[in-house]
Amino acid sequence: MFPTPIEKRPRSAQITYQALVPLALIMWLLPLIAVALFSIRPLTDFTNGNYWGLPSSFEFFTNYGKVFLESDMPQYMMNSILITVPTVIGAVALSCMTGFALGIYRFRGNLIIFFMFIAGNFVPFQILMVPVRDLTVSAGLYDTKLGLVLFHIAFQTGFCTLFMRNFIRALPFELIEAARVEGIAEWRIFWYVVMPLMKPAIAALSVLIFTFIWNDYFWAIVLTQGPDAQPVTAGITSFNSQFVAQYHLMSAGSIVAALPPVAMFFLMQRHFIAGLTLGAVK
Amino acid sequence: MATKRAEMSWVRRNRMTLTPLLFLTPGILFFTIYVIIPILQSFNISLYEWDGLGEATFVGIGNYQELMTDRAFEVSLWNNVKWLALYLLAIPAGLLIALFLNQTIVGIRLYKSLFFFPFVLSQVVVGLVFSWFYLPREGLLNAVLGVVGLGPINVLGDPTLATYGIIAAGLWPQTAYCMILYLTGLNAVDPEQIEAGRLDGAKRWRMLWHVILPQLKPATFIAFVVTIIGALRSFDLISIMTNGGPFGSTRVLSFYMFEKALSEYGFRMGYGSAISVVLFLIMLVFIGYFLWSMYQDEKAARR
Repeated sequence: MFPTPIEKRPRSAQITYQALVPLALIMWLLPLIAVALFSIRPLTDFTNGNYWGLPSSFEFFTNYGKVFLESDMPQYMMNSILITVPTVIGAVALSCMTGFALGIYRFRGNLIIFFMFIAGNFVPFQILMVPVRDLTVSAGLYDTKLGLVLFHIAFQTGFCTLFMRNFIRALPFELIEAARVEGIAEWRIFWYVVMPLMKPAIAALSVLIFTFIWNDYFWAIVLTQGPDAQPVTAGITSFNSQFVAQYHLMSAGSIVAALPPVAMFFLMQRHFIAGLTLGAVK
Repeated sequence: MATKRAEMSWVRRNRMTLTPLLFLTPGILFFTIYVIIPILQSFNISLYEWDGLGEATFVGIGNYQELMTDRAFEVSLWNNVKWLALYLLAIPAGLLIALFLNQTIVGIRLYKSLFFFPFVLSQVVVGLVFSWFYLPREGLLNAVLGVVGLGPINVLGDPTLATYGIIAAGLWPQTAYCMILYLTGLNAVDPEQIEAGRLDGAKRWRMLWHVILPQLKPATFIAFVVTIIGALRSFDLISIMTNGGPFGSTRVLSFYMFEKALSEYGFRMGYGSAISVVLFLIMLVFIGYFLWSMYQDEKAARR
């Protein structure tokens, strides 16, 4: 292991290290801790200029209650869920298929199609903006959740295909050959041989895509407007203009908006990290 | 009956071509409609003057000529260079934190996750968190500076500082990402090679440089790819933190394009597309390099 394990160092070094890690963590998360502290303060603290002293009262329930009861926040959260979940299902389903085709079969153009998916995934969003917006408007899907979902599925298929194809490539090919010798149809090989082995990849991708889509802001403001379809990332700006300069409420609002992907990460940590490293770094 | 058998055998004979074709069709269809064709369309639109509704007028390379003398475009381009250069700091910073945390004390797993979790926040939230952090009166940064007798500074209100302030905010989640890449990489470093290095008397820096870093190459490659892409994609933070200001000093190409094509500054779809084409061409240099590297790996794997 590198660096030298701390257990092999003198006792004093161990104690210093154990004190240093939490300290470094607090420094690292300082801006976030500040927001969390803001979100439980009463309004009077801000008007009195008491930003960093002890809160004059503990207003966790009042502030977060206001976020849920007196704003469009619940609607925005619901929109985010209704956009994110179908996208995850769609993109994972499509990429299981493309990944299977590109990972198992040898045919001319295989690598070119694969590289097309990768390259498309790296493209700056702005070059797609005008035509995709046009397409969405003319299909009557502007300012609908479906419009966003369809685009997200298409775009995420690029990344998902990269991931799935590399994952399938690493599976033992003998399994598929054995199944072929048995005379099993190709689609049955996909469903009964390959799919069960893809479960970890599907889990990793789902968590990852969930986070990506939940956090999307650009496409949300390009393809939607208003509380009917906008997800929470875009909604938070109107939330903030509703409670302008009321930092306790804005802080509480952004913590609420950030929570679902954070929860997802802490619950599915192992899968999440496997996905992020593209499986390339084991 | 006979024809049916013939049909079945045709399907059976060509199943190795038909199956991948069928499995690829939906994915390729979606991707072509929403990604490939729009790229080509943007190239085409960039040759027109168009407000998005009425008739488009063909102006040839007129939009590109206008870009050459557009001061705001120059500022945006220059800011993109700053983003690219400074964003790369996330890679050594991430490596440093990974080396710091690669130990096995009690609770280290939780520490690692907490260090990582800024990455899970949306850029919108990161932007808000940092713009409050920078606030001249209420912000924690100036509270801390005040304690040591400095400040106050209005980071986001100062045209010379604002871009750096936003990049710092962007580096926060990006460093966390690079850190996790390196932590996973460090897990896989071959202990025998470290032992061999130790026997040869390699310590700290020499060990890191000659033994550890070469083994972290895959992690470094991915860190490089995601950081470059992240730097050129920067939009959310700018939109949230300064909305391009003060005096347009924090614009980058992606933001300027949006402003030109789709905001109160006008609906110049053609001009906006021209900006996005320039951004795309810059990105293409890197995409080309990434694909080339991956192709080398593919060839090596096939052998």
